Amino acid sequence: MNDLFIIAPFTIGLIILLGILIGKYVVWTIQLSQIDKLRILHGFFTVRTLRAIREIFWESLLHRNIWKTNPLLGYMHMSFALGWLLLIIVGHIEAYMQASSLSVSPWIPIFFRYFEHEHFYGARFFAHTMDVLLLYVLSGVVLAYGKRINSKLFGIKRTTKLKPKDRISLIALWSIFPLRLFAESATAALHGNGGFLTSGIVFRYLQVTPNIEYTLWVLYSCSLAIFFITLPFTRYMHIPTEVYYIFLKEYGIKLKKQFNSYSKIQVYSCSRCGICIDACQMHHAQISNNQSVYILKNIRDENLTDRKLYNCLLCGRCEDACPVNINLNDLRISQRIKSSKEYNSSYDFLEYSITEKADVVYFAGCMTHLTPGIKKSILTVLDTAGVNYLFLDKDKGACCGRPLMQAGQIEAAKKLIAYNRQQILESGAHTLLVSCPICYKVFRDDYELGQIDIRHHSEYFLELLHNQKITIRNTQKSIVYHDPCELGRGCKVYEQPRELLQSIGTLKKVKHEKVESLCCSGSLGDLSLSMVERNKIKEQTLEVLLKPNPDILATSCPLCKKTFVKGVDIQVKDIAELVAENIQSN
Amino acid sequence: MMKQFGYNSLKSRTIDYKNINTTLISYIIKNEPSFSSCISCGSCTATCSAANLTFFNIRRLNIQIRLGEFENIRQEIDKCMLCGKCLLVCPRGINTRNVIMLIKKGLVTFNLVE
Repeated sequence: MNDLFIIAPFTIGLIILLGILIGKYVVWTIQLSQIDKLRILHGFFTVRTLRAIREIFWESLLHRNIWKTNPLLGYMHMSFALGWLLLIIVGHIEAYMQASSLSVSPWIPIFFRYFEHEHFYGARFFAHTMDVLLLYVLSGVVLAYGKRINSKLFGIKRTTKLKPKDRISLIALWSIFPLRLFAESATAALHGNGGFLTSGIVFRYLQVTPNIEYTLWVLYSCSLAIFFITLPFTRYMHIPTEVYYIFLKEYGIKLKKQFNSYSKIQVYSCSRCGICIDACQMHHAQISNNQSVYILKNIRDENLTDRKLYNCLLCGRCEDACPVNINLNDLRISQRIKSSKEYNSSYDFLEYSITEKADVVYFAGCMTHLTPGIKKSILTVLDTAGVNYLFLDKDKGACCGRPLMQAGQIEAAKKLIAYNRQQILESGAHTLLVSCPICYKVFRDDYELGQIDIRHHSEYFLELLHNQKITIRNTQKSIVYHDPCELGRGCKVYEQPRELLQSIGTLKKVKHEKVESLCCSGSLGDLSLSMVERNKIKEQTLEVLLKPNPDILATSCPLCKKTFVKGVDIQVKDIAELVAENIQSN
Repeated sequence: MMKQFGYNSLKSRTIDYKNINTTLISYIIKNEPSFSSCISCGSCTATCSAANLTFFNIRRLNIQIRLGEFENIRQEIDKCMLCGKCLLVCPRGINTRNVIMLIKKGLVTFNLVE
């Protein structure tokens, strides 16, 4: 029989796949900025490459992050990735052993059983090993079938819908291993070269003819070919892209504000697993079209609408849940920058005034001005501690620029940043105190303030407490702390507010906290959400926060406070207010 | 009739309801329906960070949008810093920030100003 029909589909598929992949890698790499290219060059012969390989082993093969989401889901992905790779590796070793040389045609290891019926040294060992591996992959395939029937078993409540071309690819992938099992079993039945799995189970009672055997091998080859050819055009493109992404990440390449080649690599690294969908709180408001996975899909297909793009709290929960570590928030903002680049702005009305000198500059920000209680408390604490401070935006302050940044109007934000920055630097202060996490985030990320320490008031007050500049009375009341998104996930400040609160009362734990904390729904990151929808999300968040029946709901963001205060009977307090209320004068 | 008694009306002070360009207001209402529930209370302007420093006035913008005075709108809208205080004080729950974004987008999309 003609071997060509077995060899040809696989070989053609593989050549097309490699051709497209190399083409894409080359284009992506060329499009990277000059500095990023240098980063790759400098990082290549260092320990970073080894670190990248280690991460690829953990993430791309073992799927550690998916294991954390759900063990069954992790096992499924691991069996496909690791199982398949081992099949390829052990298959090659087997072929080299049999030929006693390294020069074997590339298709021989793939269709080894079809071509080699002769026994060689170690044949039994390899036959059984390969069967174990095949069984391992097949267990994953069975789980994959099961996941389509009931995804809840895998910890996924909602999942993405498949596009037609994804479906073709998926069916090809699902049939590769069962077909391999059937083909190898058929050969085993005819020539007795199978392991424990392939020699018997399938064709024990069926009469196999060489024709059936041949057809099965051709089908196996065809399913491989279909999967290879469709891979670059479907979500399976994430497999090769993620590997490349991990290398670039290790070489220190960071996502820029503007959408560029590296952003594109991140977009293609998305496997559309849908883990971000469950992390998103929008479904409480019956919104199910704007989650990160859909946005990335829209970016790929170039059909992203403003309504979807701007409908996101930018809380960062999806980013935390993403097993591939894609910078989902910043990617979304980069699209907003693209979409709003023609908008104008002019802040000529901001006058440069001579700033007084002080040790500490206090910047309240718009939201603190809207909650005078917090502003007053901060000033009380500063006065009690005897800090030499300057209240920068006391009367005529500008916005910090973060809301514009979130809305993608980066040029406008830069104007405000330049204005505020000059004033802060002129004061000669060593510390910048901020009472709003929204401001805090932009000061840390975009202001480039050099030597100046930037402190959120929860951090600063804790320092005052440690330095015995202030003393706080313990009220024995029970407190639940709500992590503001910008302070928690945005700036990784989790412990200082908690430590401060423990000196005021008893801190109770809630189900979702720290990196998993929920958004209050007041976020300025969202531009399309209506008040009704915001309230629905808020109710869900409050339900979690009020579960332990606390006396006080504490937060450290004026916007979170403002949002919560309209929905609860108990006291909602900013951490600054709690400190000011219980401060003891020395 | 007033003209017969010697009264005159200046062109620049006349609101000609037949010739008002409603492109922008229709676009905003379509994409942010809450805008039509504005009661012109002025809370937004009272709290506005930009209004603290300039004569920027969202309440007046509302009227200018409805009258199609795009040149004025363009000069004014550039001053908004999107800080969101107006959003939090609005008693009608109007998504003011989206209105601002839609004005900016509308002016560009429909080429309403040179």
